[in-house]
Amino acid sequence: MATVAVTGNVTSTVMNNVEAVRATLYEAMKSDDRTVIIGEDVGPRGNVFLITKDFIGEFGPERVIDTPIAEASIVGIAVGMAMEGLRPIAEIQFADFIYPAFNQIVGEAAKTRYRSNGEYTCPLVIRTPYGGGVRGALSHSVSVEALFYHVPGLKIVAPSFPADVKGLLNAAIDDPDPVLFLEHKKTYRLIKGEVPDGHYVIPIGKANVLKEGSQLTVVSYGLYVHWALDAARQLENEGLSVEVIDLRSIRPMDKTAILDSVEKTRKLLIVHEDNKFGGIGAEISAMVAEEALFHLDAPIRRLCAPDVPAMGYALPLEEEYMSSPAEMAAVMREMVKF
Amino acid sequence: MPQDLTAAGCEFPSSVSTHDDSPSIGATAAPFDPHGLSGEQLVAMFRTMVVQRTLENRGFQLNRQGKIPFASASEGHEAVQAGAAMAFQRGKDILVPYYRDLGLDLGIGLTPYEVLLSLFARDADHSSGRQFPHHYASRRLGLQTISSVIAAQLPHAVGAAYALKYRKETGRAVLVTFGDGATSEGEWHESLNFAAVHALPIVFLCENNEWAISTPLSKQTAQPDLHKRAAGYGMPGVVVDGMDPMACYAAVKAALERARSGGGPTLVEAKCYRFLSHTTDDDDRTYRSREEVERRRLDDPVPCFEARLIAAGVLSSEEAEALKRSVLEEANEATDRAEAMAYPSPQDLYGNVYADGWQPWR
Amino acid sequence: MAKTDTEASTFERHGLSDEQLRGIFRNMLLQRQLDNRGFQLNRQGKVPFALGSEGHEALQAGAAMAFQRGRDILAPYYRDLGLALGIGLTPYEILLSIFARAADHNGGRQFPNHYSSKAAGLMSFSSILAAHLPHAVGAAFALKYRGEAGRAVLATCGDGTTSEGEWHESMNFAAIHKLPFVMLVENNEWAISTPLSKQMAQPEIWKRAEGYGMPGRRFNGFDPIDTYAAVKEALDRARSGGGPSIVEGTCYRYLAHSTDDNDMTYRSREEVLEHRKLDPVPRFEHVLLENGVMTEADVAALRADVLRETNEATDAAEAMPYPEPGELYTHVYEGAWQPWQ
Repeated sequence: MATVAVTGNVTSTVMNNVEAVRATLYEAMKSDDRTVIIGEDVGPRGNVFLITKDFIGEFGPERVIDTPIAEASIVGIAVGMAMEGLRPIAEIQFADFIYPAFNQIVGEAAKTRYRSNGEYTCPLVIRTPYGGGVRGALSHSVSVEALFYHVPGLKIVAPSFPADVKGLLNAAIDDPDPVLFLEHKKTYRLIKGEVPDGHYVIPIGKANVLKEGSQLTVVSYGLYVHWALDAARQLENEGLSVEVIDLRSIRPMDKTAILDSVEKTRKLLIVHEDNKFGGIGAEISAMVAEEALFHLDAPIRRLCAPDVPAMGYALPLEEEYMSSPAEMAAVMREMVKF
Repeated sequence: MPQDLTAAGCEFPSSVSTHDDSPSIGATAAPFDPHGLSGEQLVAMFRTMVVQRTLENRGFQLNRQGKIPFASASEGHEAVQAGAAMAFQRGKDILVPYYRDLGLDLGIGLTPYEVLLSLFARDADHSSGRQFPHHYASRRLGLQTISSVIAAQLPHAVGAAYALKYRKETGRAVLVTFGDGATSEGEWHESLNFAAVHALPIVFLCENNEWAISTPLSKQTAQPDLHKRAAGYGMPGVVVDGMDPMACYAAVKAALERARSGGGPTLVEAKCYRFLSHTTDDDDRTYRSREEVERRRLDDPVPCFEARLIAAGVLSSEEAEALKRSVLEEANEATDRAEAMAYPSPQDLYGNVYADGWQPWR
Repeated sequence: MAKTDTEASTFERHGLSDEQLRGIFRNMLLQRQLDNRGFQLNRQGKVPFALGSEGHEALQAGAAMAFQRGRDILAPYYRDLGLALGIGLTPYEILLSIFARAADHNGGRQFPNHYSSKAAGLMSFSSILAAHLPHAVGAAFALKYRGEAGRAVLATCGDGTTSEGEWHESMNFAAIHKLPFVMLVENNEWAISTPLSKQMAQPEIWKRAEGYGMPGRRFNGFDPIDTYAAVKEALDRARSGGGPSIVEGTCYRYLAHSTDDNDMTYRSREEVLEHRKLDPVPRFEHVLLENGVMTEADVAALRADVLRETNEATDAAEAMPYPEPGELYTHVYEGAWQPWQ
């Protein structure tokens, strides 16, 4: 099922997630010369996933800026650019390296508009690849959304499909406030789809129902949306009807989509790659318990990573940490039959 | 690509051209000064360099064969790492390296078997297969645990040095290493400043190989002589030819002695070069010319040092060949042994989160 | 480098007119007066907090004189009352901030002294030391990127801030890209209770400039004309494409860090009194009198005028209302604030 309807006269191109990021950034750079890209290895190297390959040749080193190794100032300098009228797109090479920039994101970018009563604003995009399943070990696999989604003033999106990548990245670039744009690195080349041509925007804060169902609501985002969809389709063959929602946007988050679905299916499973304790599933569970308790026929469940610091480099450790479609199917089956 | 390695043996360039117009500090041009090292010690340094090169090539091979997912490169760093390791005092000093320090790790006592266990992510590895290759930790060797996050290890090294001073453990020092890229990090700055304020027993060794993945020195800093930053912190700064293991030994030794005897920290900058891409996941053809790399290859520290040792009569060419064969045999034996070991079990994911249990809800 | 009284007669004014010199002096008096007023109001229980800047008057007035209103950008820190006044903020705006009134630029949200004024070119900042420096560098990048010659960013900080990683990262980036950026370090020897000797092993901060590949110099921050000359030189260099520099002014922090600090717990009365001999306000008054720029009567009238202005601003600001509770919810984002939508 397409995530963005390709109708009528709109043509589309098949591409994967990394190509969708690249194409969207390219159009943004072409259409607005206030847009600059700032990060490590984005110039001649073209980004370590080749997202900005050849950009420096076309747009020049003043617009495609290779920085020293200094994450706090990659974000901080971008904040300053934004305060002074540019539209910077900052890149943190791997989400695992974002921690030195934590204050600039949470204490500065998120608060600029608020503390200056709107006189100064921070229209900034911070892009970073996150997530595991690529033998990335402790420093190339983490999920960081739970550390940031707590923060008012910040927006966070985590699309899973190429069409959503383009629409949400455009929305992030247009947004007058700071947006953390999370790209699951395993989906870069793994996930392909139709992407409408031309400029379009998907509003931040809107989830997408990928598959309708009547017996269980499954909410997910990132790589796991794809695994959850696989599992739900498998259950379809067993006569079990599971609805799968792709959050797409983590802050703000789509309450209506979740509540409408839970009121219909009366059971909720949240699946995410990040650790369980304090993860996104915790907030969703609390909200549903507060607002739809009497619509539930079973306890809310969360299928997440165990609360250990990271997935290990060795394959058995990575696999133990991550959840597979089979594991997801097993939990879904249990819940439908509860 | 690394120097061509076949299963039968490794081929090193057997001669070194003298190029007088080479812009780098030519190792062959400097006089042969062993700085007090015996012939045996010089050969040991050379052996460390050969082991480093061989094991690194082995990592790339295994990756190309699809046996391991990843390997990182350190070709070009052999001299600085072997020299620094020779100055390091086992059982007394502490090493806080970064992920490109294969040679230093070997030089202070890590074995090829331990290296291969890490490449293969086996349970018997120091981190039980949790960490990326080359992220060793060994309390016994004085080798501190590190992450992949650049410069994050510097404050740790400074803290360890503070502990040494606090406990009045004279005669001990911390050697912390990093590349040119790390010197742009805020934590690099904060670490040098603190070490200087407290006159800590620590040596900051910069292995300036001119590239941080694709970022050349000119985009990393407007001051290419990184040792000149030392004065701003109030500590001595020293520059050394990073392609000459004996000069590196001397520079690091002097700095470590200063540290061990209460003289405080030093910033040592060793100018070397990174011949290969950053890791097996990088392709340096996208950002630098083959001509530049080939030109710098003329100063390849491994064949250069071999040639100098032979010319100085420390080693015969037959002995050099025998040494290389023996290193290769050791590498092969370590590879086979490590490959045969078991992976960690899934249950190993849950150990060592805290001292007691891992669950957050109690 | 401190000028002695005998040197006052060889008076170098670096092209400043009498009117400009009087303007500098007025700024210094106003800074001191407003500074005191904040402390007074706190002791009277009218405001919960005030931050002092006594000792920085010459440095800030001299720097402000070199700043070009309407063209340059200021990225200050929370001890820059004099600089804020010097680039055009009024005592009324200062008092609105001290009283946390709704009409304050920040709607009463920020601590006092955390000024922000788009009109004056004063970038919004937080209390986090050095966090504003990458912002200042980014703004300088924007100026250069848009080809806006004749404009520069003047960023300031204290000695303590120079230990921060983000100070280092900012200097490095500015130098690589030869940005129109000036790093003005106001070295007052104390970071709350941390003396310079515990902050760094090399007490001359300007000497770090070579490590970044940019020029650096030191000047006498107790002398507003010395300051003006040094900051002007640096700003002229930056505005004309000559790149960034570090200029370090020596001064002294006479008071505690803020109304919540007691400096007698960490330094001696004697040290403070010894440095009072260099107090820039009476020293510059003396220079102006000695060189006929002002008479005693002029000075008395000026002091009275500054006090009057301060009193009027205090009364006007105090009479203004606090922000409404509903104001808490505005300016989280451009649109709605709720996270669940």
